[in-house]
Amino acid sequence: MTHVETFSEVLAPVVFDLSSLEVFYGSFRAVRDVTLQIRAHEITAFIGPSGCGKTTVLRCLNRMNDLIAGARVGGRVTYHGVDLYGTQVSAPEVRRRIGMVFQKPNPFPKSIYDNIAFGPRINGIRDRVKLDEIVEKSLRAAALWDEVKDRLRSSALGMSGGQQQRLCIARTIAIEPEVVLMDEPCSALDPIASARIEELMRELKNRYTIVIVTHNMQQAARVSDRTAFFTAELDSQSDQRTGVLVETGTTAKLFSNPREERTENYITGRFG
Amino acid sequence: MIGTVTATDLRPRRSWRRVKSSIMTCLMGAALVAIVIPLAAVLWALFDKGAGVAFRSFPDFFTAEIPVVSRRAGPGMGPAIVGTLLVTTGAALLAVPLGILGAVYLHEYGRGSRFAGLVRFMAMVMTGVPSIVMGLFVYVIWTMRFGYSAFGGSLGLACLMLPIVIGSTEQMLRLVPNPLREASYALGASKARTILTIVLPAASPGIVSGCLLAIARAAGETAPLLFTVGAASAYNPHLFEEANTALSAQIFGNATASFVAAQDRAWGAALTLVMLTFVATLAARLLFSRKRSA
Repeated sequence: MTHVETFSEVLAPVVFDLSSLEVFYGSFRAVRDVTLQIRAHEITAFIGPSGCGKTTVLRCLNRMNDLIAGARVGGRVTYHGVDLYGTQVSAPEVRRRIGMVFQKPNPFPKSIYDNIAFGPRINGIRDRVKLDEIVEKSLRAAALWDEVKDRLRSSALGMSGGQQQRLCIARTIAIEPEVVLMDEPCSALDPIASARIEELMRELKNRYTIVIVTHNMQQAARVSDRTAFFTAELDSQSDQRTGVLVETGTTAKLFSNPREERTENYITGRFG
Repeated sequence: MIGTVTATDLRPRRSWRRVKSSIMTCLMGAALVAIVIPLAAVLWALFDKGAGVAFRSFPDFFTAEIPVVSRRAGPGMGPAIVGTLLVTTGAALLAVPLGILGAVYLHEYGRGSRFAGLVRFMAMVMTGVPSIVMGLFVYVIWTMRFGYSAFGGSLGLACLMLPIVIGSTEQMLRLVPNPLREASYALGASKARTILTIVLPAASPGIVSGCLLAIARAAGETAPLLFTVGAASAYNPHLFEEANTALSAQIFGNATASFVAAQDRAWGAALTLVMLTFVATLAARLLFSRKRSA
């Protein structure tokens, strides 16, 4: 079964295939009915108002929701045709292939070098020369090398917020993932630092598949190829707000000619 | 003349809020003084009465054996210093690893589980057990079978230290921000790896402080040693064999004796114990901060 799916991947480079995905936190259904595909070497943006479940869906893609007590996933998420929540699947292995950059920069309280080398070391790389090489390559890819090459041994906590976030990106790509998930990576940064990260995303797109959650519609319009718009609906029975996927499409189409009125209202700033 | 220029008065207003602020500042100052006075008084008393005994014909007091006849004046406390070091080190080796592992279980693995709640509750109960009861406990399960030894004292002290180490370590683990754990997991690290390479190092300064505090407190405990260590007056460098002694036990014994010579030795021993704890804590701190910055 698996290799049949792998074969079809060559024809249509779908990386993630989500069907009727729903996520519960305890008895609370945070998001339901998410059916969408994420394609290779594209930037897919998740947009929508707060509480619409976009981060929740993103965290399903590398099983980070496993870490939240009481979280439960329904429906199906496949990654290159393999069920991510299958019994044979190891979450650490999933996360090694699907990296994540968080909303707030979260460097380890270690040196810049050790931050980058952490991932490769987990994977058993001990050779100094090899590690040096990976650190330099990753920092260059994250456009950080020239700024920090003389202080690789100093603490990562002494860097500016924008540098820390680029360090986190460098740390993520140091393990050579296939996908990079970004959860509002610029929300804690000033516009100049944000612009650098966006530029970086465009460069990284050639080598990685990128999924980004953003509150900033201009950012989604600027960097993404495909956009998924989520919103929160009030469930009349339980009186709880549940996130739903409203529509997906190429970014150009979704922003210029959305199918749904709710999407249009949101992107024109009439709500949310 | 330019006429109407209203003076911009930026001076503080005489408000009730400001009065309250100065009252509170005074109260805090008073509280500080109230804390410092007993501390200073204790130290002064120790040096006043103990320094003469401890430093007369230096270093005899710290090296000579304890007089067998306690009526006789003169040094020393050498065997008790060795005994304290032995008993306390043994206790630390037992309680620190166990306590840290226990706290890691409570906070990282058993969070929210009923068993973890039970363990935490038991540790709390253990904090409330009087130290003399711990001494009796060790006397019954160990000393009655194997006789007096420094290790018996270590067991007693370890029982007292364990809940302190568990409590302070768990507190420190709680302070490690969750995003750090997430960052590690997101790179494909396993739980054990995350705890060993990210969580524990991040919490280590606090864990070290907690352990040092527990050790320093245990070093001064007397009650658990009374029935377990015995009362030797000669050097005994063996952890598991023969009766030993400790500074705290010597302070107790000599201070309750009716001879001035013994009481003087008690003061000397008290000063020695305080200095020993101070130096050991300072050394551990220096050692550790150097290790971390390297």
